[in-house]
Amino acid sequence: MTRKAVDVVIVGAGIVGAACAEAFTRAQMSVALLEKAVVGGGATAAGMGHIVVMDDSEAQFALTHYSQSLWNERAASMPREAEYEGCGTIWVASDDEEMAAVRQKNEFYRQQGVATEILDEAMLAEAEPNLRKGLSGGLLVPGDSVIYAPCATAWLMQSAVDRGATLITGVEAVKFVDGGVQLSDGSVVPARLSVNAAGSRSPELTPDAPVRPRKGHLVITDRYPHFVRHQLVELGYLKSAHGMTTDSVAFNVQPRSTGQVLVGSSRQFDQVHSAVDEPILQRMMRRALEYMPALGNLSVLRTWTGFRAATPDSLPLIGPCPGREGVYLASGHEGLGITTSLGTAQLLVDQILGKATAIPFGPYLPSRFPLEQDHA
Amino acid sequence: MPEEIALAVNGKEIRVPPGTVVAAAVNLAGESRFRISVTGEPRAPLCGMGICFECRVTIDGVRHQRSCQIFCRPQMKVETDAG
Amino acid sequence: MPAERAYEVLVIGAGPAGIAAACCASESGGHVGVLDDNPAPGGQIWRGESARPKNPEAARWLRRIRETPVSIECGAQVVSQPAPGVLFVESEGRLREIEYKKLIVATGARERFLPFPGWTLPNVMGAGGLQALVKGGLPIAGKKVVIAGTGPLLLAVGEYLHRHGARVELIAEQAPMRRLIPFGAGLLSEPAKTLQALKLKWELRSVPYVTGCWPVSAQGKGKLDTVTLRSAKKTWQQPCDYLACGFGLVPNIELASLLGCETRNGAVKVDQWQQTSVPGVYAAGEATGVGGLDLSLVEGRIAGYAAAGKTADAETLLGARGRALRFQQAMEHAFSLREELKQLPDAGSLVCRCEDVPFRKLQTHQSWRAAKLQTRCGMGPCQGRICGPAVEFLFGWQFGSVRPPIFPTSFSDAAGRREPGAGSA
Repeated sequence: MTRKAVDVVIVGAGIVGAACAEAFTRAQMSVALLEKAVVGGGATAAGMGHIVVMDDSEAQFALTHYSQSLWNERAASMPREAEYEGCGTIWVASDDEEMAAVRQKNEFYRQQGVATEILDEAMLAEAEPNLRKGLSGGLLVPGDSVIYAPCATAWLMQSAVDRGATLITGVEAVKFVDGGVQLSDGSVVPARLSVNAAGSRSPELTPDAPVRPRKGHLVITDRYPHFVRHQLVELGYLKSAHGMTTDSVAFNVQPRSTGQVLVGSSRQFDQVHSAVDEPILQRMMRRALEYMPALGNLSVLRTWTGFRAATPDSLPLIGPCPGREGVYLASGHEGLGITTSLGTAQLLVDQILGKATAIPFGPYLPSRFPLEQDHA
Repeated sequence: MPEEIALAVNGKEIRVPPGTVVAAAVNLAGESRFRISVTGEPRAPLCGMGICFECRVTIDGVRHQRSCQIFCRPQMKVETDAG
Repeated sequence: MPAERAYEVLVIGAGPAGIAAACCASESGGHVGVLDDNPAPGGQIWRGESARPKNPEAARWLRRIRETPVSIECGAQVVSQPAPGVLFVESEGRLREIEYKKLIVATGARERFLPFPGWTLPNVMGAGGLQALVKGGLPIAGKKVVIAGTGPLLLAVGEYLHRHGARVELIAEQAPMRRLIPFGAGLLSEPAKTLQALKLKWELRSVPYVTGCWPVSAQGKGKLDTVTLRSAKKTWQQPCDYLACGFGLVPNIELASLLGCETRNGAVKVDQWQQTSVPGVYAAGEATGVGGLDLSLVEGRIAGYAAAGKTADAETLLGARGRALRFQQAMEHAFSLREELKQLPDAGSLVCRCEDVPFRKLQTHQSWRAAKLQTRCGMGPCQGRICGPAVEFLFGWQFGSVRPPIFPTSFSDAAGRREPGAGSA
């Protein structure tokens, strides 16, 4: 059976897929958005929902900065359920070496026009009284924010549907065929273009896409309003995210608008099961306790896991899929999917329509990786 | 006659028999509201067996204590959301 | 930290099933222990008995276990399983590792709550819930109480409250009389049960027992003052101080699920020896299916003997269990929930009390997971124990997978910090 033909069919209604659907409909293209399970229910639901500028590389900074500006433009029109909070981020330095890194970061952001403020030990303690004493200071980035991603995703999806997009749920995309996507019920969605936004499962449809699942753990507490006021990240977070081999944890804590405290982060490759891995969960929690001993008394309600989509250079894949006519990738966002979803969608739409992009899109082209990929 | 236990609920001193749970003491002190829900509703115990979390009060400064599962102790300071 | 001695048989739950299991397991002489999260042993049905014995059967079992070398620890909550044969248990603000060779899950059941307008008002409680609070010292003498919902529990609660001086205005049972009559007739085959029923009936002779009747709303300013009830004949308002309302019992299967035990129809699946699908893990009592006290006791005894390797002793009880299982089946049939109860909530009735999620917000979703992510239903401290059974009845959604901690626990305990005093509440 052949379903209604569209301009673009998008596989995966996570935040990236939903953002793409929304951007394509705004560009007056007809869209079909496919989701085999729950809209925004994959890594989108598992993650911390932060909208943050990250300077691990120039290209990463460019994309996060651009995408954050798009979020800022949309903030006022997001529904309450999306829980947009402009709480800012503080990168926490625990010693002089990290403080030097803070100053470097500050200088880089200053040059790029990102508002920042260096906090010394006293200022850090005042900003976040529940951090332990003896930390060297930190870098406050007030322009960062957090959202509740499943609801933001539903909002993006609904905006697309309101502009005529079709949401197809409960069936799985099996393969990209000439001129569309074949689904698990045997039907075909005919489309001029196909987008693989299936996150950590992208290689199931395009095996050459160099995406590996990277498991993360999270913990959420009961309500303790004002326990933490900003998103807090240790400087070692970048090392943990950048590293490609061993299991790692990094201190990352966030206030939710409900007053609950969300605690991360952990990274593991080659994990198949979504079951909570107690040893690494505890390692992650003990790391958090090192920075915020007062966390110890809070009540933990839930723990869960999710799989990020990781690429070899920590940059996403946005653009034509090599070797496949008409197929595009919008995947591989690792821990920055929420932040860069809007930028990804806009870059993809602009590329396809031949319009000038707001930032260079070269660094994110899938063709930067040679076709023969060794998949672990 | 077993010694009664003296404790305070929202600053009000009361005495209860041993074996009284904090939830009953809160009621004896005349409070019907234990906590305020996330949309501002008054709430009180529902399940009586420690699983609904509606009976939460602050005991000796510690939040989120399930009052139906805790026996009163001498000099306890109990505070409800109303207090 | 000194290692705690591993248990030959560790029982989780000190209700009738757990106590019976521990007593029988202990007969083989091994190191047997019981953990319970309530402040005293007895579970729900024997709550308060260990301090003030009233029920002869409860008194006998509690005396028996006190006379065995079984160690009972109350106020102890199982949090997670770090490795097979080990449990993390939180008690008195500390986390401990407890090792066992065999485990008996006797985690009992909880009441099923169905939402209706006004059900979140203070003084609307479960039926067992109100009884538990009265046992904990809540004064009930002279207070007007309406009991509603379903099940034999309503009568037991009515009798208890009446004996303690409450003015029980009526008992509203949702099941229709035509289903209750055969159930009542079935009791006649068991003299003990008939006697029990007659005693209840006598104590409650002045209390109307209205069948095919249920609450449609609760009203009051800041707390309950009136319940609106509906029966086939009429709808009326009943002023009262308390509404004790529970729609049956639901097995507590969270621990068993965490351990990987198979479940069926919301209960832990067991074989004739009360063994679950996980080797070395047994289950007994209401957690394997709500079936009443007699069934819980015999299942507990079978599990205790089986876990201790005394299959011959266990075998002698199989007949008794068979008879008790018939009562379970009769109960399930008589007190099944009627379809009209799905109409109880209105658009604004809160289904999730932890996160204040109204019925209308859930209606737009197709699955439990979608509803949970979009509305936060089930994301609160009760971890879905209150809203889960309601949502299952109203929408047919199966509750999701169980992850640690199976009960809210302190961050330092969940982090595996086991030094005493570290982060203690």
